[in-house]
Amino acid sequence: MTDSTEIEITESTTMTEGTSRAPSRRSLIGWGGAGLALGAAAAGGAVAVATTGGDASPAGADAGAPVAFHGAHQAGIATAVQDRLHFAAFDVKTEDRAEFVRMLKDWTAAARRMTAGKAVGEGAYGGPAEAPPDDTGEALGLKPSRLTLTIGFGPSLFEKFGLADARPEALVDLPQFAGDNLDRARSGGDLCVQACADDPQVAVHAIRNLARIGFGKVSVRWSQLGFGKTSSTTPEDRTPRNLMGFKDGTRNIAGTDTAGLDKHVWVAGSDGPAWMAGGSYLVARRIRMHIEPWDRASLREQEDVFGRDKAEGAPVGRAKEHDEPFLKAMLPDAHVRLAHPDSNNGAKILRRGYSFTDGTDGLGRLDAGLFFLAYQRDVRTGFIPIQRSLAKDALNEYIQHVGSAIFAVPPGVRDADDWWGRTLFSSTFSSTKGA
Amino acid sequence: MRPLRLSAVTAAATVAALTAVTGCTEKSSAKGGDGVIEVTATDTTCEVSKKEFPAGHVELAVENKGSKVTEVYLLFPDDRVVAERENIGPGTRQKVTAEVKAGDYRIACKPGMKGDGIRQDVTATGTGKAVEHDPRLDKAVAAYREYAQEQADATIPQVETFAEAIKDGDIEAAKKAYAPSRVGWERTEPVAESFGDIDPKVDVREDGLEDGQDPEKDWTGWHRLERSLWKDGKLTDHDSALADQLVKDLQDWRSRVGRAEITPTSMANGAKELLDEVATGKVTGEEERYSHTDLVDFKGNVEGAEKSYELLKPVAAENDPALAKELDKQFAALNTLLDQYREDKNGYDFVSYDKVGKDERKELSDAVNALAEPLSRLAAAVVK
Repeated sequence: MTDSTEIEITESTTMTEGTSRAPSRRSLIGWGGAGLALGAAAAGGAVAVATTGGDASPAGADAGAPVAFHGAHQAGIATAVQDRLHFAAFDVKTEDRAEFVRMLKDWTAAARRMTAGKAVGEGAYGGPAEAPPDDTGEALGLKPSRLTLTIGFGPSLFEKFGLADARPEALVDLPQFAGDNLDRARSGGDLCVQACADDPQVAVHAIRNLARIGFGKVSVRWSQLGFGKTSSTTPEDRTPRNLMGFKDGTRNIAGTDTAGLDKHVWVAGSDGPAWMAGGSYLVARRIRMHIEPWDRASLREQEDVFGRDKAEGAPVGRAKEHDEPFLKAMLPDAHVRLAHPDSNNGAKILRRGYSFTDGTDGLGRLDAGLFFLAYQRDVRTGFIPIQRSLAKDALNEYIQHVGSAIFAVPPGVRDADDWWGRTLFSSTFSSTKGA
Repeated sequence: MRPLRLSAVTAAATVAALTAVTGCTEKSSAKGGDGVIEVTATDTTCEVSKKEFPAGHVELAVENKGSKVTEVYLLFPDDRVVAERENIGPGTRQKVTAEVKAGDYRIACKPGMKGDGIRQDVTATGTGKAVEHDPRLDKAVAAYREYAQEQADATIPQVETFAEAIKDGDIEAAKKAYAPSRVGWERTEPVAESFGDIDPKVDVREDGLEDGQDPEKDWTGWHRLERSLWKDGKLTDHDSALADQLVKDLQDWRSRVGRAEITPTSMANGAKELLDEVATGKVTGEEERYSHTDLVDFKGNVEGAEKSYELLKPVAAENDPALAKELDKQFAALNTLLDQYREDKNGYDFVSYDKVGKDERKELSDAVNALAEPLSRLAAAVVK
């Protein structure tokens, strides 16, 4: 259960059990984050963050401000987690590589405008009366809302356009995990776009307009709305709670933790392939939570399942949320224990999940859960071992993975002439039409 | 009999004026003034006393000197009817009046009340700015009107066959005739819908009935009969009455096509609307929920949209070559996809839509979206 994964995977590998007297990572990171925030503010004026690195907006940044679109890494990964999500996976419909590349450039141009709070193309009004407006209009008057748009390429994309040789080894097909009950219609995809914003309408507007630009070239395969973040990359903020009522992502990798990001999230040039340098790998899992049975579980059981207390989020036997967990004090199948880096050879992933409720399941229950999003440098040493170790997670009784996808997330768009996927498409050639 | 209607004017004919017109002499001009045009129709000619007249009130004083019953029309350059008079018998006189703006018009006589008629170009002069027409677009509109009329004309015998089978209680024959009877309608639906009153009578689905309408009593048209044939599996006297009513309503449609407001913009938007019809009704299988003949309607909609596009293409391709190229590509892609669902590429025997799986429906929907998005920009490309 990924959800579980989400919940505690990021426990620090460096701290040993029983070191609760040591200064918490939280306080260290908090200072670091504040320093970076000040620097960004001094350098960039009103724009929250425009660094070449992790683009972590300072905590407490204006929820309406824009996040820089250009950078060494794509925004929307280390960026301070926004409140809302609209995620969409697409299938490619065209067989024409040049046409697909043109669409990526069109998407990039639209994304550049939308993340800056501007309308797509010529806007939503004022154009010729006989033509539909370029922009659909529902975001008019809304702030940029820290919108980030992050693109990823799925394994199946590399079967097209002569890209086979460019498929990264790390972009594996995820194995079947214990308990998976995957719906094909909610899984996979040739590419994806993650839209995060503090205003849900801004996020939906972004996906809708990209889908519209993509008609004929790509088609929405599935999409997911998320209404509440379940992890943060800003540990100085209050830790959000998931739908099970527990704090989630307490030990997530901070957006300001440059060393941690380099070690666990960003693909290094030496990792290969070259076109992925500065990128990351994204695992998306739709995790249905059986919230009704969960709500009938006793408080003791709930806390035992997680290995943390419900109110404070403190690990078993500890007083504070950010105290180092003492894993052996937890039950062997406690979620936090199994997901902890110490149980997984130090594996850490950056979680960015959101809660969802998609109506009902037709059986008088909410179709609710966690849309798990995790970024990592290599899924083979990240999500996969962690998820395997969660096979015996006590939480599995209350959750089920029903959707799954994996994407190679290319590096950032560097400047106004750059575009999503340039490093991939300019490093490969097509027998048909070149890009 | 077609209803007699003058679209632009009141037909308050003054008998006195009529009697003053004695033929092809100029006498009448003294009484009728500059706005009177003598029209002398024979079986082979259509003479007019003048080719220019002032904008404003105009009167066509028609004399039929031929041996056949004739009709006289005053037409816009795109063949839309300004005013008309039908059933002008040999040796009789009639008049047609209209209020016209400055611009080019045509007068057409139709001996035998058939065909395009014998035409004369005329001009209404005046200070008012004449509507500028791109002759290529006028031609496109005229050709589309002709197409719409052909579709309506061809529908009538098909629907009569369908109605006869219903009245004979021959369920199998009626089922067979059902989908073909709808093709002409589906191809030109935006024209029919522009009349407002016909569509609800002939093409409404049960869920489209208005509040208070009783499906058993107030629901008429093709889909009510579809339900009788495929769901109820029996035909009653009520169905026979519905069949007759359907024929009658469609004859009404046919008689009105010539007066539909058709413009280049409405053609382009109509094409887009046909794709909307596909996207909201056919791809979902809602349109033909009992007969599952959705793909026949689907094909008809696409054909109608393509016809509009082909006619507008000379102008669209000049104003927006990339758009035309994309539309060519997407129409071809959609047609190729649809062909996979029929054995005979020239026939309308499509796979029953209940046999079309979810993935296939998505593929069809994707192709519709791929076409509809650029098609939504056709109108702007045409008027640019």
